[in-house]
Amino acid sequence: MNLRRILALTRKDLKKLTREPAVLFLLIIFPITITFVFGLAFGGIGGGTTTSFDVGLLNLDVTGPQADWGHEFIGNLTSSGVFVVQYYDDNVTGQADLLQGSIDAFIIIPEGFGNSVVSYYDAPFNTSAWMNTTIGLYVDSGSLMAVSAVPPLVQEALMKTIFGADAMAIGLPVEIGSPALVESSTVTQWDYMAPGIFAFSAIFLTMIVAQSMTYERDEGLLKRLRTTPASSAEYLVSQTVTYMIIAVFQVALVLASSFVIGYRPATGLAGIAFTFVIALAFSLVAVGFGLIAATISKSAEVATGVSFIFIMPQMFFGTFMPLGGATEMIAKFMPSNYVTEAIATLFLRGAPITTPSIWTNLAIVSVVGVILIIVGIILFERFGSR
Amino acid sequence: MSESAITITNLTKRFDDITALDNLSLEIAWGELFGILGPNGAGKSTAVNILNTLLEPTDGSATVDGHDVVFDPEGVRKVIGVCPQEPAFYPHLTGAENITLMGDMHLVPKDVLKERVKTMVEKIDMQGHINRRAKDYSGGMIRRVSMLMALISDPKVALLDEPTVAMDPKSRRAVWDFIRELKEQGKAIILTTHYMEEAQELCDRVAIIDEGKLIELGAPEDLMEKYHAKNLEEVFLKLTGKKLREAI
Repeated sequence: MNLRRILALTRKDLKKLTREPAVLFLLIIFPITITFVFGLAFGGIGGGTTTSFDVGLLNLDVTGPQADWGHEFIGNLTSSGVFVVQYYDDNVTGQADLLQGSIDAFIIIPEGFGNSVVSYYDAPFNTSAWMNTTIGLYVDSGSLMAVSAVPPLVQEALMKTIFGADAMAIGLPVEIGSPALVESSTVTQWDYMAPGIFAFSAIFLTMIVAQSMTYERDEGLLKRLRTTPASSAEYLVSQTVTYMIIAVFQVALVLASSFVIGYRPATGLAGIAFTFVIALAFSLVAVGFGLIAATISKSAEVATGVSFIFIMPQMFFGTFMPLGGATEMIAKFMPSNYVTEAIATLFLRGAPITTPSIWTNLAIVSVVGVILIIVGIILFERFGSR
Repeated sequence: MSESAITITNLTKRFDDITALDNLSLEIAWGELFGILGPNGAGKSTAVNILNTLLEPTDGSATVDGHDVVFDPEGVRKVIGVCPQEPAFYPHLTGAENITLMGDMHLVPKDVLKERVKTMVEKIDMQGHINRRAKDYSGGMIRRVSMLMALISDPKVALLDEPTVAMDPKSRRAVWDFIRELKEQGKAIILTTHYMEEAQELCDRVAIIDEGKLIELGAPEDLMEKYHAKNLEEVFLKLTGKKLREAI
């Protein structure tokens, strides 16, 4: 194996990156673009600003002797900083605004709300003596974030209204180390997505590898190289090195773009260095899948489609898409999921570099990458290179 | 350096039930410019592809500079320069980069490589275009670059598979002069071509093969005399029984 040949072949492929607009877009511009677009769309730009919800409020308990309880409840909603309250005079207008997406949720404080609270205090252990009322809470079903976040926050505001701020930290032998009321968070949805972006951008290496190798095969370039002293091993090592370099470059670009839009991962230099290492391991996975796609593709055009067989599951079950139930089980078979998980542990959870789980994730990605590269080389050499 | 540049002994290649090459035996000397002629599908490219180690023979043997194509393909690849029928090149690289890449594959010393690219480019009249991307080249330019890609390593044996297809007369003449120069350097050159006047002009000897079999071998002048022909094209037509138009 000769280093000069490997470097010459690597240079040849890296030049394609800068000279072929389609490749340049997919491997360089695309990761930057999605970082900016997703950062903008999901709250990354501005550097961790407070997430807030526009909430419509109709208070029907304004005239009774216990109306102060309603005002107390509204005060607790607004004091959290999470809710920006808009007042409505009627249900119809509020519901209409909710339907049009003008507000994230609509809350109706029922008539007799204050009386209900007082009836509890009069007979706290006699439920039959309580005067029951129901707070109407309507959440924008088109907003995943509102659906998941608004109901528990309203519940906490209610608890604080009834039992007071101290009630959330009532003296018990067991303590939950969380604040009495959810504080306005500086974590945005982008923070949850960012770790997945690193794997997401590298996933498309598979397509470029498959296209590149089928093109070289179809155009007789592989044959031409086979008539020179360059060995198959040198060629395949050069391919792997090329895409490892590109993967490192992509991580650097996504990191730089994220920093520009204000993202600050909860890790230090060691954590960032680890991200580069796991990206290198993941590039092996991408090259391995690319070789397999090239083997079963008859042309570069077909390779584009075939590579999506490997790209789509990685994308949907291993990056920033929400998982649950069966998809979590499927994700266990996706190398990209381990990349995302390791980066999330560092960037989101702020775990130290010594955390065993990230090294386990790295080991899984590395082993799978090496296996895929070996399988890819064997298949491509046997069935795909002629 | 072995006694003969190329020795082909009873070389046979079968693809399933098709015999592409049937018991071919040839010996090509150093400094010889040897033409392989034949209609389409006669087995010319199969012979060249066995010599350049892309194909393994079904039977028989072939050596290039003493290296067996089956048992020592690495040895063969070190001494050959291959200009394929379809000019394979990297379109995103410039002509000079394509040529240099092949020099790197043969580990030509860097300084020698740089100087050689410059000299060879001048010889085939490509100075003004060599730093343009190959994807912008005309068919003739690509052929010329493809030939330099084959010869940049200064190979002992050059395998040129229809190197002048799609070239204008001026470029073709430049390539002919270049090939003659290679021969004068003592290299063995195998040239396959459909241009009979090219073979007649350049080759010391030609082998005419049809349906995988060698049907005639000799110097173009000797063959013309033997078959009372005005030129090699007439010899070809008499031997293959096919109109050249069909053959091409």
